[in-house]
Amino acid sequence: MTADAAFHLEDLSKVYQMGDVDVHALRGVNLDLYEGEFVVLLGPSGSGKSTLVNIIGGLDHPTRGHVTFRGEPLEASDESALTQYRRIHVGFVFQFYNLIPSLTALENVALVTEISRDPMSPEEALELVGLGDRMHHFPAQLSGGEQQRVAIARAVAKPPDVLLCDEPTGALDIKTGMVVLDALKRVNESLGALTVVITHNAGIAAMADRVIYFADGNISRIETNDHRADPSELTW
Amino acid sequence: MSRQLNNKLWRDLGGMKVQVLAIALVMAAGIATFVMSFGVVQSLEETRRNYYDDYRFGEVFVGVKRAPETLASQIEAIPGVTRVMTRVVLGATLSIDGLEEPATGLLVSIPEGEQPALNAIHLRSGRLVEPYRENEVIIADSFADANGLTEGDTIRAIISGRERVLEVVGIGLSPEFIYSMAPGAVMPDNARFGAMWMGRKALEAAHDLDGAFNDVVIEVAMGANVEEIIRQVDQLTRPFGGLGAYSREDHVSDMFIRNELDQLKAMAFVIPIIFLAIAGFILHIVLSRLVQLEREQIGILKALGFTGQEIGLYYIKLATLIGAIGLVIGVTIGLWFGQWMAELYVEFFRFPSLTFTLSTSIFAIATLISMGGSVLAAGRTVRQVAALPAAEAMRAEPPLKFKPVLIERLGLTKLLSPAGLMIFRQLERRSRRSIGTSIGIAAAVGVFVGAAFSLDSLDFILDIQFNQSDREDIGLSLVETSDQQAFLDLAALPGVMQAEPYRSVPVKLTFRHRTKRLSILGLQPSGDLHRTLDIGLQPVSIPADGLVLSEKLARDMNVGPGDLMTLEAMEGRRPTRQLHVSGVVQQYLGLGAFMDLTALNRLMQEGPAVNGAWVTVDDTNLTHFYDHVRETPGIIGLSIRKAAMDSFKKLLAENIVQMTLANIGFATLIAFGVVYNSARISLSERARELASMRVLGFSHREISAILLGELSILIFLAIPIGYLFGYGLAASIVVSMDTELFRIPLVIDRETYGWGGLVVVVAGALSGLAVRRRLDRLDLVAVLKERE
Repeated sequence: MTADAAFHLEDLSKVYQMGDVDVHALRGVNLDLYEGEFVVLLGPSGSGKSTLVNIIGGLDHPTRGHVTFRGEPLEASDESALTQYRRIHVGFVFQFYNLIPSLTALENVALVTEISRDPMSPEEALELVGLGDRMHHFPAQLSGGEQQRVAIARAVAKPPDVLLCDEPTGALDIKTGMVVLDALKRVNESLGALTVVITHNAGIAAMADRVIYFADGNISRIETNDHRADPSELTW
Repeated sequence: MSRQLNNKLWRDLGGMKVQVLAIALVMAAGIATFVMSFGVVQSLEETRRNYYDDYRFGEVFVGVKRAPETLASQIEAIPGVTRVMTRVVLGATLSIDGLEEPATGLLVSIPEGEQPALNAIHLRSGRLVEPYRENEVIIADSFADANGLTEGDTIRAIISGRERVLEVVGIGLSPEFIYSMAPGAVMPDNARFGAMWMGRKALEAAHDLDGAFNDVVIEVAMGANVEEIIRQVDQLTRPFGGLGAYSREDHVSDMFIRNELDQLKAMAFVIPIIFLAIAGFILHIVLSRLVQLEREQIGILKALGFTGQEIGLYYIKLATLIGAIGLVIGVTIGLWFGQWMAELYVEFFRFPSLTFTLSTSIFAIATLISMGGSVLAAGRTVRQVAALPAAEAMRAEPPLKFKPVLIERLGLTKLLSPAGLMIFRQLERRSRRSIGTSIGIAAAVGVFVGAAFSLDSLDFILDIQFNQSDREDIGLSLVETSDQQAFLDLAALPGVMQAEPYRSVPVKLTFRHRTKRLSILGLQPSGDLHRTLDIGLQPVSIPADGLVLSEKLARDMNVGPGDLMTLEAMEGRRPTRQLHVSGVVQQYLGLGAFMDLTALNRLMQEGPAVNGAWVTVDDTNLTHFYDHVRETPGIIGLSIRKAAMDSFKKLLAENIVQMTLANIGFATLIAFGVVYNSARISLSERARELASMRVLGFSHREISAILLGELSILIFLAIPIGYLFGYGLAASIVVSMDTELFRIPLVIDRETYGWGGLVVVVAGALSGLAVRRRLDRLDLVAVLKERE
């Protein structure tokens, strides 16, 4: 683990207005996330994991508090600055793969490499997730696990400084889930990108450097693993 | 249907209100034009019928040279004739204060102190002429309005060579002068030609016709054989210089209105069909999309025990509700517009009053069309819903299957970025809808071009008629056919620079079973002022022998060069001759037949005779020229080219410009309806992938480019198709406007095409902006968290 904090979060709060009710998604979170580490966020639904990831990914603004990325404040950035931020630094992987159905695997990746500054080649990104032989298939011709790996390839091709994954294995069975996690691990190790994975699945925690537990909009505890387990060793 | 489903129905409608409105408006445009056109046609027909009945418009008409009153009872004795009215009709040269040129009055006799038995007068103001007041006249209101004349004003007139000062005692109108035109004129000129009514005794005295008459109006019994009556009237009037009897159908005033109504009727179908087809198409794609979006809800409803029919009915209700909104808006606008247009026409035709009617069957048909169209548009959707098994409906729709598009199969992939590929693959994947959308946009271009082209054509006619064909400044007509000296006198009027004689003879032309009454114009073979133009619109001289017909006349009579026609002259010695058709010429106004002047005089068994001349006049001498014309008793009327041009332009400005503006509005409405809905549907289908791209770091502008790029391609493809469509529409309008009085050539200027394209591009840009605003508000997180 390196000592440099990529993200510095200070008293971070987020309140959503849902009709007449105020929902406190985050209640004064303080946290540092470091360059290159693999972090798993665990916690029940509505505990604030996704809100946190959306804010550090530049998809949402905090209601209160500060968040800096490499010393630059994110909370005050306008829409186009956040777009630039996502474009250069961030890779996203969602539970539902959100591939463009009209583009092949290779083209889905190329979509991102075209707008990046110093991307890897789309072929290289697909090799990294073990899909070198399926590049010319359309999403409709790929299995769920394969689609998710294309999504990962697309997220890492720029290559990103931060890789944010929201329930990446949520829609997959155990076997394909492992393949996807293995891809994430390889990406984290070979690119050195700070990787944050949200999950419901406590078993995945064993492969992280740090596990952050969320409850009711705040961090309840943080565990550090001395040994990062290989996805094949995981039980869930 | 369940109350909750009803609630859902209203909320769904509210949720897509702009889309609903866009569809309903296109449908409303169709219904409105339909109701409006039929409202105007029915109202004008009813108004005309009432006018004719109330003012006893005659059914057979005949002019004679001079006949004794005893002839009237002979005509009355013809079986089928119910009433006969004799009268005196004379032309007079008038001097009107404020009018530089002399005007022509058509003086029509009426009994002193009472309405005529037939062709009665609707007095707009003033009174009838009284006995023993020989100088009292009632003047036509069109003439009064054009010259600012009212009761009490006086007009100096030269009647049969004698100057009289006439006093206006009334202003009126009559069914026989709904549309009035000076003899030899091609356009009405209300300032310089007008009908006037004068006491019978005064007119008899003025023209030496004591106890005699020169015009007859006949009323016939319902169901009488008009052809036979005409034949017998011709026989009886022949010894008295009868000019040939004709029925109401051939009366120029009635013919004009009939043509106008026929054109309206033709238009009453074409335009609404286009609108309704487009509205149906948009409704169809919107509903299909809605079913895709609501698959889960449909699945749940089915799982709860609703049948496919019940759910299908829901979508039919949705469709018919949109149709009903269109119907209500359409009928309201149609009625309002129809009444307004009917009023314009009533003013234009100068009917005494308007009877606005619209039969209930029109409403029934409008309802049937809009409701039936909506159900039809919903048809496939309902089948889709019914066929969906509950379990499958609750599973997400699988990702669309894509395959390489044509451009890629051609090996041009390298030319396209992934964004470009997205656009082309989507277009091809949804090819049926893409084609439909393009056709819809093309229809908008077509409606515009098909409507706006008439301005081009009319400009063209104006040029052909008044610059290429009729190049004289003024046409002078003589009271009666005169010898060569009369022409020389006309040519010697002060200021005249160039003069060409003509002779006009009323004839009956027959070819096989077809007969036509018209005047043959005898011209100098290679005249420079009044030219005939061949089909290619090049000046062509009249051959020394034979008959030259206008293209429309030749077509109507089914004759061509070389055919032998029978010509029966209706004046003079009334010779009957066989003549070859020696040429066909182009003419957009009226039905012309021409001969070499010398040949025509030979045919009439007369020496060199003329009854008028075309002249050009030195501008600086015009006043002097007009003064002399007023003082020349032989001249009965003059037609001024510039006045005719102005009258033509005014007519255009009044009628066509309004219609064109309405059609630009319609075209914009269609373009907006189609483009906006298509953009909204694309947006709803692709919100997820566009949001993904935003998350990946694409800017608003970049993702807008994908969505709007797709639309731009559809618009770009639609424009040339729209041009073809507009050309076809224009061609069909040309056919429907093909009447005896008026024809328009198919001329479409490049500018008109340009404007047509511009209208849809602007409508497209506006729709694009509206959708772009939604795109900017796309909730990235929410979209991505949804299940695919």
